[in-house]
Order: sequence, then structure tokens, then C-alpha cells
Amino acid sequence: MAKHLITATINGDEVDFSCAADQTLLEVLRENLHMTGTKNGCGSGDCGACTVILNGRAINACLVLGAELEGADIETIEGMSNGNELHPLQQKFLDHAALQCGICTPGFLNMAKALLEKNPDPTETEVRFGLAGNLCRCTGYDKIVRAVMDAAAEMRAGNS
Amino acid sequence: MSNTNDTTGTNFKWVGKQTRRPDGPDKVTGRARYGDDLILPGMLCGKILRSPHAHAKILSIDTSKAKALKGVKAVVTSADIPDHPLLEPPYGPMIADFHDISRNVLAREKVLYDGHAVAGVAATSERIAREALKLIEVEYEVLPHVLDPLQAAEPDAPILHDHQFTHGIEPALEKPSNVFRVVSKERGDIDKGFAEADIVIEREFRSQPVHQGYIEPQALIAAASEDGSVELWTTTQGHFVIRGLCARLLNMDMAKIRVTASEIGGGFGGKNNVYAEPVAIRLSQMTGRPVRMVMTRSEVFRATGPASGTYSRIRMGAKKDGTITAAEAEIYNQAGAFKGSPVGRSVETFFSAYTIANARAVAHDVCVNRPKVAAYRAPGAPMAALAAENTINELASRLGMDPIDIRLKNAVKDGDQSLSGTKYGRIGLVDVLEKVKSHAHYSAPLGPNQGRGFALGYWMHGGGLSSVSAHLLDDGTVAVATGNPDIGGSRSSMRAMAAEELGVDIELVKPIVADTGSMGYSHLTAGSRTTFATGLAVINSVREIIEKLRALAARKWDIPVDEVFWEAGQAETRRSGIEPLTLKQLAGMATKMGGPIAGHSEINAGGAGAAFSAQLVDVEVDPETGFVSPKRYTVIQDAGRAISPDYVEGQMQGGAVQGIGWALNEEYIYDDKGRLLNSGFLDYRMPVASDVPMIDTVIVEVPNPNHPYGVRGVGEPPIVPAPAAVANAVENAIGKTMGSLPLSPPKVLEAIEQLQATGD
Amino acid sequence: MIELRYESPETIESAVALLAAEGPGAKVFAGGTDLIVQMKEEMIEPALLVDIKKIHETREVTFHSDHVRIGAAVTGAELGENAQLKAMWPGVVEAVQLIGSDQVQGRATIGGNFCNASPAADSVPALIAAAAQAVIAGPGGVREAAVEDLLTGPGKTSLAQGEFITAFILPIHAEKAGDAYLRFIPRTEMDIAVVGAGASVVLNADGTCAAARLALGAVAPTARLVKDAADILVGNKLDDAVLTSLAEAASKTCAPIDDKRGTIKFRTKVAGVLACRTTKIAWQRAESK
Repeated sequence: MAKHLITATINGDEVDFSCAADQTLLEVLRENLHMTGTKNGCGSGDCGACTVILNGRAINACLVLGAELEGADIETIEGMSNGNELHPLQQKFLDHAALQCGICTPGFLNMAKALLEKNPDPTETEVRFGLAGNLCRCTGYDKIVRAVMDAAAEMRAGNS
Repeated sequence: MSNTNDTTGTNFKWVGKQTRRPDGPDKVTGRARYGDDLILPGMLCGKILRSPHAHAKILSIDTSKAKALKGVKAVVTSADIPDHPLLEPPYGPMIADFHDISRNVLAREKVLYDGHAVAGVAATSERIAREALKLIEVEYEVLPHVLDPLQAAEPDAPILHDHQFTHGIEPALEKPSNVFRVVSKERGDIDKGFAEADIVIEREFRSQPVHQGYIEPQALIAAASEDGSVELWTTTQGHFVIRGLCARLLNMDMAKIRVTASEIGGGFGGKNNVYAEPVAIRLSQMTGRPVRMVMTRSEVFRATGPASGTYSRIRMGAKKDGTITAAEAEIYNQAGAFKGSPVGRSVETFFSAYTIANARAVAHDVCVNRPKVAAYRAPGAPMAALAAENTINELASRLGMDPIDIRLKNAVKDGDQSLSGTKYGRIGLVDVLEKVKSHAHYSAPLGPNQGRGFALGYWMHGGGLSSVSAHLLDDGTVAVATGNPDIGGSRSSMRAMAAEELGVDIELVKPIVADTGSMGYSHLTAGSRTTFATGLAVINSVREIIEKLRALAARKWDIPVDEVFWEAGQAETRRSGIEPLTLKQLAGMATKMGGPIAGHSEINAGGAGAAFSAQLVDVEVDPETGFVSPKRYTVIQDAGRAISPDYVEGQMQGGAVQGIGWALNEEYIYDDKGRLLNSGFLDYRMPVASDVPMIDTVIVEVPNPNHPYGVRGVGEPPIVPAPAAVANAVENAIGKTMGSLPLSPPKVLEAIEQLQATGD
Repeated sequence: MIELRYESPETIESAVALLAAEGPGAKVFAGGTDLIVQMKEEMIEPALLVDIKKIHETREVTFHSDHVRIGAAVTGAELGENAQLKAMWPGVVEAVQLIGSDQVQGRATIGGNFCNASPAADSVPALIAAAAQAVIAGPGGVREAAVEDLLTGPGKTSLAQGEFITAFILPIHAEKAGDAYLRFIPRTEMDIAVVGAGASVVLNADGTCAAARLALGAVAPTARLVKDAADILVGNKLDDAVLTSLAEAASKTCAPIDDKRGTIKFRTKVAGVLACRTTKIAWQRAESK
């Protein structure tokens, strides 16, 4: 299959990759670039485990083609912490025990990050609907919602 | 007592405290490696061809065109794996029939469900592997199929296994049957009990199969070597079990298979089994290259184990004062394509929370043309609880009694027996029920179209085989290796117990999950057993280290060892003039004074304690659409001792929400040909964040006397009463009994319209 | 094995040329949230994807004296951020915003949702209620058509070979006007509509209805206009008798199927319920202008 040669920015670094026309961003990240932090739960946009941020918006990496990404800016879980310093959301997920098995966690973190960028002071309902595209089967969502709201409060305090 | 730690008290440094889990940073940064996150040089992509039919004879399989496709390295069918004879009775509680398992891994004479594995391929890319599947020619003779357990139990039903005759009934059948066995437990005199009753209620319940719904699909890599050894990397709840199953299925030496458990992205009982592992091993043996196999979500739904769908009927009688005099229940559990539904646990669960003098429970293990069921969080219990708890709720309502009072009246206490004869030690049922009654939720006002539900769940968690190896390193840190995959934070609990015993900072203790080549056998991370049984082995192991450190200090001080005490992380003696030696100091001198120090423990842990979870839920029903919205939820549960309270709460919350899904929307939907129509998250409809409220938790701690810290299993109990409680809430909101899960909007609306039509 | 190719033309003309040259093996690619899933599940096996997102006409929302033009490749998230459009056609925007999760919203487009031609597509009843016209480019030039005339069955449109929708045109009402869209799903999010209802009303100064359109989704092979709705509403106020007639008319319009998402009986009943609820919201919006 003919390959597309793509140059994109991933977590701030310029990255070149080649991909077939039918390869998704999820496959490019995991199979071509060996960035396995982005998880594959369904491949159909129903679980949110592969949520990454593309040009400032949270999207399902399984529903984007690699061939579309010339010049794109992509943020994945591997770029969320600042070196060894965890992002406030990562910190709060640990503090609140907001993960059990952890497979959904990278997707939740990226979605929550995008959510808080748009709405720094969400209500519980807004958080729940904002995260409705991310399935978690372990936690019942309680601790995840608390972690996101607590992170939002801390990030607001940090920005004021 | 050399160890002066008081494990029965509450004054702990680490046990019961919230700590940051040791695997946390890797799991919030994407670094943790799950089943599909390992990449090996030269690895091939494996794919499975699956049956499009619910029931068919395999007349022939022609793989020649697939093998000829460029990039295809091997194709495997059941002809390439050993056959195994049928298991003969008597059967133990855990049926492992390799005749069945080998046929579930790759169909042999027949395919028995839509999605049944028929062949495997290994190719240089996923694209070529998928293409190769299309080139495998399978000739089928389609047979009539059966999906419903009651229909499957009829004498004229299509028969899945011609060799299967029902066990456990008299007289024995002369014809083969889909009912593998009938299990029953009984005590007292049922007829007498009903004769004593002032009120008798009979009800029927139905439920659909539900999937465990773990977000990580099954994924593995098998790498075989020319010397016959195999390395297997897989996402599993028990790599030692996987090793045993693969070795037996493939007639290999167990020691030649080394299994490493990846991080596991959820299991809930669904990752206790082998599916593609033996196929991948054969493909790797045939090609000499590592073979990776990852299921698609559709394959997970079509071919991995759901929990049984059920039909049950129940009859309970009580006196006017609420004393339950008799109870009788019969349940048909769908086993799927092969025997092995949780009939024993169903029977055990119906009435074991109550001191009913005359009780009988019967369960039928029924094969149907659906995927073979797997364990799902308290297997067999939630649907038994659905029937029993809602019948008790109706008894209470008809008697004008409070639902908690009727349960207090009949509650089992220390020394009582379960229906299957297990004698309870110290149990916390009354404590839990009292807590419910005094909880603000219990008496909070309800809004319009709202109803409150209550149900109680009983569960006897597991013990069993666990091995632990703990190593003191010469810088004073401690590595604690277990054989149990960490599915929800167990590393935290292991570390807390080890640090508590040693009297050192938790940061000095590193818990790891070791592979099968490095450790003694450990049974599954399942049955709510890990913190209890493996925790016990952790405690034993570090206590052995402490003993060795006391001996070392005694040698150093040249005093008798019984004069050395272990206190707060150091060796001390009451003799004057001798300064204590810290763990770190002793660790540093160990290699020069006798050698490395380690402790290990290999146990078969008994003494599991019964656990009870009580749940309150308020729902609101839209009377025009039948839409049900849970508004408030409280879980009150006896954890014995919560080693990691935040993760205990998480178990309670997660179990409750799985129960909400089971009660309201989750189900398998088949077409008239027996093909699964909703093999994806979109139409399987697990709860999303906006479907549920916060789940409030109350941890009750009535310590289990058979564990040093009092641990009871906490993972499974919270799902047991959840579907029953939600169903009860819907019943109370609309004012009509509801017996068929899921209580999806069409069913609820239908019930509301029936009520309106009859003017009730 | 078909070798898939991907092209991303920058003009309508070159997109039309690519589509026409390839024939039936070509698929228009916008957000991809339906198309990629269909490809991965091997429901379709296209030879060429023509990505229309680099064509600027498909990516903009422009306001004109009597109409607003919405590019077909504008995403749900972008529509939701367009305050002017949201004030004008809140129902249409809400309908598109109901498609999938926030992640899907970042990609899914109004044109893609329409052209996927699912009977349950959320945007479609809202667009029909809004009397939207589709702007269609093709080998024969540009044409416009009423959206309800383009849908011919589940997954099918009357678009000819080489044609694709570049934009939708919605009228701008000077009077008191409002629209709304509601759907029923068994969960609160992440489901396909079991029933969808879009309503658009224009009110007279005295509070009676001047014009109305009501459309239902997921109750027939294509979304349907409830033809009697205008007769029931026009000239009247929204009282209980009118709502009862409206619910009956809506239920009568239904010709649904039993499937994994709902039953005939349930869909028929809920269509009436949603018709009333949606119309009430549209009415309140019109009154508040």
C-alpha cells in the first residue's frame, strides 16, 4: 500500500512517520511510533481509552487517519507531565485513587485536561457529561469525578 | 511473641491509611505496560477465524489458499493441537475439563456459538492476517440452535453435546441433555415450613447474560524457542493458572512455559481463562517467531465469557412477625456452549444470609449456543440475590414491616450456618443492617416519580494457594514478590501489610508481581482472595525476615535470640548498654554475617470470612418514556479490615455501578439465527459517567479472626445486591413488581402502561 | 486486497473530479467518525478517500441577509462554539452536538452525519424541521435541494456519482421563531437515538403559531416530516388539546422496526412524547424572542 510521509508535532517534538492510507492515528502512535501510552479499548470511538489532543481538541485517536496529520499538533499522555513533575490531574488521580486497573486512565486524563481548558470551573454534572465518552468499568466514576473537580480547583488557584 | 505489633487493634502506621499506590505514576503517565504494550523483534500478528453460525457441524476446513498468501507464516486448526478425553465424574467444585477447554480454544467437531474460534493464522502484518482469514474455507452443516435456558432444558431442544447426560437427578436420563447437572441444597422440612407461614409469596425472575466489560481486550505475545520452551506475556488474573492450562492443553512440560502477567486492564473474572494463548503458542512453535494476538472489542463480546443469563422461580413464606419459615428457589443458569455455570454459588447465595429453618435451593447448569460463561464478580450470586431479596422486600411490604427489620429478624449471626453448611465465625451482618437503618439516606424524603430500593448481598470470599517471596536488600529496602496480578491496587495493600509488620516506611518496601518462573504457585487474583490469602503469605514472609534479623542481632550482640525483640523497625533488647540495630544496619551486615536474608511463604489459606454488602438506591422514573435515572446510592459493607480504605471504597463503588448496568441496560441481543447483534460498547450500553450519581460508601469493620489484620474479601460483595436494589427501587417508583432484567425503558414503560390500563 | 488511497483536494472542482474519476469506489471523507469504523469493521472497502476538510467553503459558517450557510465539514464542537448560530438555530446546533462524545464532537461533521444517512442521525430531523437546503456540488455544477428529498433509505441518499454536499442553507427568520431537537436514548450519552424529534415554530404577535415544522428520526427508513403538525399547530396556542393531537399525529407518522435499539411499540409511543416536549421547547424559545 502506498505510504504517506507525514511530519507532525507530537508532545512538542517534530516527528516524521510514514503510514498507509487506512492507518489510524492510534495505530500510528502504537505500532509505528511505539508510543503505547495511548490505549486501544474498542477501535470505534465508544470507550475513549485512546483520547489524545489534536490541534487543541480532545479526539479519539482511533477515528483519525494518520494521512490527515501533516502539520498537526498532537498531545498524548506521554507528554502530559513536565519531566518528572506530574500534571495536577495526574497528581489528583493518584491522591483520589481515581484508577483501579488504570487502562482507561490516559484517556480520562487527556479528556479531563481538554475539558478544564474549556471550562475551568465545571459542576459535577458538567464533569460527568464531559467525561461520558470515556468508559471506566472499575471505579463507578465517583473518584474520577472527584479527582477532576479537585484538580480544577487547584488549577484555578494556581492560575489566580 | 517476638513480634510486638498489635494487629488486632486500630493503631496502625500503614494499614488502614491512604497511601499513593506504588504503580500509580506509571499508570498516569502511560508508562505501565498492559497486554498489548509489548513489542518484540520479529513478531508476527495472529488472528482468529470465528464461526458465523450459532450451531453447525464442521464438515471440512481448507487452509491451503490462506497458507499460500504471501506473508502468511502459519495456519492452525484443532487438528494441530492435542485432543483430550472427557472428564469423568465426580466433578470438583472447579470443573476444568480439557475436552471442553480445547474445543473452546479451537472448535473440533462442531461450532457451538457465533464467534467460536475455528482457526488461527500468523502473518507478517495485521492486514495480511485479516486477508488470510477470508481465504480459509470452512464447510459447515448448520444445525438448529437454542439460546434460552428453559428452552434448552426441554427434552426436544437442539442438543449441543451428544455425550452429555444430566448429573444429579434420579432417575438418570436415557437421552443426552443440555442440562449438565442439577445441584441442590436443602435443610429442614419445606412443606412443614410453608404450612407454618401466614403469608407465602411466589415470584419469577429472568435475566440476560452480561459481560464483565473490562476496557482492555484480551492481548498476549507467545514466543517459542527451538528447545521447546515458551515465554508467554498475557493480560490475565492468574498467570500460574494460564501456565497450567496451556501446558495441559498442549501436552507440554509446565516448567517449559514461563508466563509473565502484563499489567491488567480489568478482568472481573473474565480473565481467569485461556482463549488465544494456546493458539498463539502453537503458531509461535510453527513459525519460530513471537506471535502477538489482540482481540477486537467485537471478539471480546462474541467469544469471551459473559455471566449466565438466568431464569428463576422462588417461593418464600413468613409468619406475621416476620419470621421466614420456609424458602424454596430454583434457578436455570446458562452455561454457554460448555458446562460450568456457577450453580454451586447460586445455590449458596439464595438464603445464606438468613436463618431460615426450612430451605431448599436448586440450580441447573444448562448449555446453550452462546459463548462459554466465565466468572463475573461474585459469580452466581447477583441473580440469586435478585430473586431472594426482592421476594423478602415484598414479604416485608405485605406484612407492613420495615425491610431492615424483617432482615434483622432473620439475620444469620456468629455460629450460624449457610445453606451449604458453612459455619460462620465472627460475622458483621447485624452491624451492617444497623448501619443502614441509622444512615441518613434510609429516611431521606423522595421526590415525585422516585422510588427507593434496598437489598442485601452475601458472599463468601476465597482463600487458597498463594506464594510470596520477600527479599531484604543490603541497603535496607525490601522487595516483596507475589504471584498475583494487581488488578485494582493490591500492590498498595501488600506493601502496607509488609511495612506494618517490618515497622518501616512504606517507601522502603517495593511490591512486585513476579513471573511463573520466579515464584511458587499462586492462584488467581479472583474470588476476593488476594488481600486475604496473598496478604497472609506476605505477612508470613516478612515475619520470617524479622525472625532472621532477630537471630542476626542475637549473634551480633552474642545474646540468646529470645532476648531480642522487633519493635518499630529495629531489633532491641532489654539488656542495658546495647543500642538497637535498625533494619538498615542489620541489612548492611547480613551478607558478611551468614548471607542474604529472605522470607518466603507458600500457603493454602483457609478461614475466609463471610462478607455482607447492603445497598440503598433512589431512582427516578420518567413516566412517559420509562427512562430510569439513579439519583442517590449508598453502599454499606463489612470489609473486616480495610487495608487500603480508598481502594476498598473503589471496589464498593465499582461493583455497585456494574450492578446498575446489569439492572438497567446491559444485555446480549441475538438475531433469529443466533448471531450477536450488539458486540460493541455502543449498543451493549455499560453505564457512562453521566448515568450515575456519586456512590456513597460506609465501611463497616468487623475483623475476620482468621487474618492477622481481620481482612475479609471486598471485591465481589458489592455487586451481589446491586441489581436487586435497583430493581426494587424501580418497583417502588412505579408501584409494580418487575421480574425481568434489564429494566430497559421499553419494559418499564410497558409496566407503567399496564398499570394505567388496569387503573391500579 | 484493495489498495486504499487518500486525497485531500483544496477546491470543490478537484474534489468533484477525483470523485467522478474513481466512481463507486470513492468515498467522501470529512470527520471520519462513521467512515473509519465502517472501514475497520469491513462493512465498506473503498479504494479512495476524498478528504474535503481542506476546501474552505466546507469549513465555514457565514451569515447573509436572509440565510445562514453552514459548511458541511464544520464539526459539532465548532458549531457549539458559534454563539451567533446557536442563538439563531439552537435546535440544529444541539442536534449536531448530541452526536457521540465530546471526542467525537471534535471530529464529527454536520454533513457527514447527514450523508451517513442513518435513520437515527440526530442532525437530520433538526435540519428537516429547519427547512434546510443542501448545497450540492457535482460534475454537472452546483444545485440545491431540500434536505428531506435527499434521503432515500437507511444509508442511502439520492446524491449522484461524483456529487457531494458542500453546505447547508438555513433561513433566518425575522419574527418570533424557535427550534429544538430532543432524542430518546436508554443512557444519558453515547447512544444512537431510539427516537429523535426536531421542531421549528414561528409565532404571530398574538402568540399563536404562524408556521411550524416537525420531523421525526429513527421511526422510519428515513427521517420523516410530520405533515399534519403544521395543520395542528398553525393558528393555535400550545394547549393540552393541541399537544394531544400533535402526539397522535407524530405517533401516526411512525413506521418503525423492532431492532436492538427499540421496539415498534416503544418508538411509536415515545415519538408522540418527544414531539410534544420538543415543540414546547421550540415554542418557549420563539416566545422569548
